[in-house]
Amino acid sequence: MSEPVSALNGASFQGFASIREIGPLGMITLRAKGVKALDKAVKAVTGTKLPATRRIEVNGDRACGWMSPDEYLLIVPYAEVAASLASLANDLKGEHHLAVDVSDARAVFRVEGDKAADVLRKLSPVDFDKLEPGELRRTRAAQVAAAMWAQDGGFTLVCFRSVAAYVMGLLTHSAQPGSEL
Amino acid sequence: MSTRLARGGRLINRTAPVEFSFNGKRLKGFQGDTLAAGLLANDQVLVGRSFKYHRPRGIVASGPEEPNALVNLGSGGRLEPNQRTTTTELFDGLQATSQNHWPSLDFDVGVVNNYAARFMPAGFYYKTFIHPRPAWKHLFEPFIRRAAGLGKAPTESDADRYEQAYAFCDVLVIGAGVAGLKAAKAAADAGSRVILLEQAPVIGGRAPVDQTEVDGQPVEAWISAMESDLAARDNVTIRTRTCGFGVYDHGYVLADERVSDHTPGDGRPKHRLWRIRTGKIVTATGAIERPLSFAGNDIPGVMLASAVRDYVVNYAVSPGDRTVVVTNNDSAYQTALALKAAGLDVPAILDARGAATGPLPEAARAAGIRVLTGKAIAKVKGGKRVTGVAVCAQAGEGAVQEEIACEAVAMSGGWSPVVHLWSHCGGKLTWDETISAFIPDPKRPPLNHDGSAMVEVVGSAAGDLDLTGSPKAIPPVWVMPQGAPIQLRSKMWLDYQNDVKVSDVQLASREGYVSVEHTKRYTTLGMATDQGKLSNINGLAILADSLGSEIPQVGTTTFRPPYTPVTIGALAGESRGEIFQPLRMTPMHAQHEAAGAYFEPVGLWRRPYCFPRAGETHEQAVHREVLNTRQNLGLLDASTLGKIIVKGPDAGKFLDMLYTGVMSTLPIGKCRYGLMCNEQGFLSDDGVVARIDEDTWLCHTTSGGADRIHAWMEDWLQCEWWDWKVYTANVTEQYAQVAVVGPNARKLLQVLGGMDVSKEALPFMQWSDGTLAGFPVRVYRISFSGELSYEIAVPASHGAAFWKACTQAGKALGAMPYGTECLHIMRAEKGFIMIGDETDGTVIPQDLGLDWAISKKKADYLGKRGQERTFLASPDRWKLVGFDTLDGSVIPDGSYIIADGVNANGQRNVQGRVTSTYYSPTLKRGIAMGLLKHGPSRMGEIVEFNTAAGGTVKARVRDTVFFDKDGEKQNV
Repeated sequence: MSEPVSALNGASFQGFASIREIGPLGMITLRAKGVKALDKAVKAVTGTKLPATRRIEVNGDRACGWMSPDEYLLIVPYAEVAASLASLANDLKGEHHLAVDVSDARAVFRVEGDKAADVLRKLSPVDFDKLEPGELRRTRAAQVAAAMWAQDGGFTLVCFRSVAAYVMGLLTHSAQPGSEL
Repeated sequence: MSTRLARGGRLINRTAPVEFSFNGKRLKGFQGDTLAAGLLANDQVLVGRSFKYHRPRGIVASGPEEPNALVNLGSGGRLEPNQRTTTTELFDGLQATSQNHWPSLDFDVGVVNNYAARFMPAGFYYKTFIHPRPAWKHLFEPFIRRAAGLGKAPTESDADRYEQAYAFCDVLVIGAGVAGLKAAKAAADAGSRVILLEQAPVIGGRAPVDQTEVDGQPVEAWISAMESDLAARDNVTIRTRTCGFGVYDHGYVLADERVSDHTPGDGRPKHRLWRIRTGKIVTATGAIERPLSFAGNDIPGVMLASAVRDYVVNYAVSPGDRTVVVTNNDSAYQTALALKAAGLDVPAILDARGAATGPLPEAARAAGIRVLTGKAIAKVKGGKRVTGVAVCAQAGEGAVQEEIACEAVAMSGGWSPVVHLWSHCGGKLTWDETISAFIPDPKRPPLNHDGSAMVEVVGSAAGDLDLTGSPKAIPPVWVMPQGAPIQLRSKMWLDYQNDVKVSDVQLASREGYVSVEHTKRYTTLGMATDQGKLSNINGLAILADSLGSEIPQVGTTTFRPPYTPVTIGALAGESRGEIFQPLRMTPMHAQHEAAGAYFEPVGLWRRPYCFPRAGETHEQAVHREVLNTRQNLGLLDASTLGKIIVKGPDAGKFLDMLYTGVMSTLPIGKCRYGLMCNEQGFLSDDGVVARIDEDTWLCHTTSGGADRIHAWMEDWLQCEWWDWKVYTANVTEQYAQVAVVGPNARKLLQVLGGMDVSKEALPFMQWSDGTLAGFPVRVYRISFSGELSYEIAVPASHGAAFWKACTQAGKALGAMPYGTECLHIMRAEKGFIMIGDETDGTVIPQDLGLDWAISKKKADYLGKRGQERTFLASPDRWKLVGFDTLDGSVIPDGSYIIADGVNANGQRNVQGRVTSTYYSPTLKRGIAMGLLKHGPSRMGEIVEFNTAAGGTVKARVRDTVFFDKDGEKQNV
């Protein structure tokens, strides 16, 4: 079997901020609400507690983000998705929930540098001055849906795989040297 | 002549000279100049021609209100028409050409219009529409089209980049003059996050020109201290060269930042559109001086008094050795004093008022300037530039008392506060008798979401013209002299760019125009690129006078964004070229490109339409792909197909409501075709549903329908059936999907190896998980072509590798990739419907003979009740049938089946229409499906399809399955 290839195979651009497509990253959409075993099930996979509204709990290369009142995004190493799904299935057995692998449905970018926020300010109606640590925004990047949060001195941006080239084009356009805000 | 003074110029840097050109003439200026200042410094008084009469036009203002001095700026990919010289910063190498003249600026043939002016009165355009009728088409339209038009439209695509950015603040202050700076500081002191916008390159507004004092300090020192104070604060952002041009609901403001207009080609974006959400808006947009209406007030050299002052003080530019000042208020005396201080001559100040007292008139007199009160200009002398003025009494009818030679006239008819931004979202105005101007009415502001005032206006924009809180009276002077006869009134320009004169507005009034909005459109007053910043108030005052009513009763026209023209590039932002819109690409997209695919849009997806080989037309390629797939093996990238997981204890019940058929009884491991309708009963989407496990289904949707159907599902689950235990997930992009189609399909899978895909192990309409060539796959044995067919889903990150494995292993089996057109033809040959071809939002499944896919047992499903309505249940509906053309030709797309007679509109009656029509390479003739009244009961009948070319195509009605009726090919 071949190695998994991310949408842009790790494309990058160095402007006034650096843009990197990362991944593939293991991602699971978990939908559940009011399920008692949920905290434990998520903790077993990501090592984090359940995030509060509009927050993401990060634990090294794992994380759990709040996506909606009944949806979470679990991030795990790509190779551990199957085991994580099995763990969730076991811990949530008999409970109404849905857990699916969406790792390949997404593209993930890192935007890094002192002025990284300026790149995103051009694309998303987000008040980055007020973006709190651990705050996850589901918003848009120009014309497509995107989720983003601050992490490790930069930003992580997630979009759909099919529009990865468009988003890379947006980020490249917005990070052109000399166009800092 | 106008020239550069030896000393002074607060905005220019004499150590940084720049060269620029105007109509090819090389000219010199300084860094800090505007183009207008640079032109005047080089005695370029004549800069353009007017729109209608091609009258000579000179610079009249010094800011965005300029109606005349518009140029074509730059060349090639950087050519911009209609650029205002008064706001264009001068830079080395700037190229400008004048507009709206032929053959040259100095000698314009069109100036004949000038003499024909009495044939082109107010409402000229409207009148030419009416009488005589043929004259519009043959005489007036060609003439007007040639004569009209301002700048040249660029022929090359824009060489520059643009972008947009979002910003948020508590208080947005627009205008960084004294009032704006004070407002920004007050807000900053209160701890608010403040953004301060200034359209000019420097802050301070026009107060420094007037050498006033603020808080006991000289204004320049005060501004500079304030700028450093604000710049040092973390909660304040100052943006110069940024014009807040539009105010919208809920504290939303758009602003245009001219990032690199003055440094073209330096790699930065040319403009940046700011989209600002703010808690509160403070407009400190100042006031614009009004011209006076006297005969010849459009001759180059006649300028606003404030502009003359700006050019002298800011740019050390003299408008001429001798400037006559004409005014109805004190502010113009500052111009006289500034000219005098620069060593220039002011032969006279003509003050329309009966008396001129107070500090400024006294200062003028003390400076030795001749002040004539109760006087007016009877007419300005000169053609392409001012040579003098004839003086008369303001109270009279224009009898000339004296002539004064001069090179320039500085006029002031009072000031109009810039109320545009206040008005954009509904702020109301009130007429201020003291300063004879409309000012914002603080009692009727534009409202925020909570009913509070969204905009506050400060400084001269609020009518506080000299920032004392009690402005001096400015008596109204709308016509000069007040009893001017028609000969003079027809030379008094209101709108310089569109050539609207006092006499035109008066004529409109006599012709019955009483509404200011109608008069505007009839006369074109204020409809030019400056949007009447100078002309509107003067024009409506004339209208009010003509109608015998008061100005407030006549009212203003509507203020709409943008305040000044904004280039389309800024509005488009980053959306051009490759990122004009998102193009969705499958994991195999690059391979399709390498294979020479011709793409077509499907929603935002780009899908291969066909894979033409060297020398092949698209049609030939499609035919080859069809035949090869039917005879050997075809590979289709079906990744775009929508895939939605539906899971939960109530998932079966939910799907039974969504689909017209029954999905809850589908056994695990099997597939079933299903139809979805909207509440009205119309067919909305279709696809194959697979039962994955006890409480999980996977629903395939059309490529274009995935997001819509997912949203449709969530809508019902969240809003209507919120207590049903069902979760959905759109996993469309998680999987790449390859359709392996044709007699050799099974052989290919066997070559790839890893799972049993035999007829027994994997029968038609079943699915199975396994591996193929080491890839983790889910194989669906379904067919949209009538051939033996497998659709194989692999994780998207393996899609490219799997496609490569299929094409390589398929070579020996005759595999060729095929595109969407081949797919369409093969499904039409089999009589399979296509959402969007056989459906158009008015078609129900029963129309398409799909009754077999509608459960009769179910109590309900979405659309059931709609379909029971009499019109949809009528036996007279058009129903789907097939057609064989008698001559084997292909029925044109869009054809209707004609019926006898004509309808009430005299159009031919119709009884049906074609929905899918193709040349079938398999059958070597045209095939078609279509909707026909009573269709299924008319088998064998001959009907006629109309064609766009005229004539008809005859076809025989038949069933819809053209090929392999018994399904033997797919069932092997």
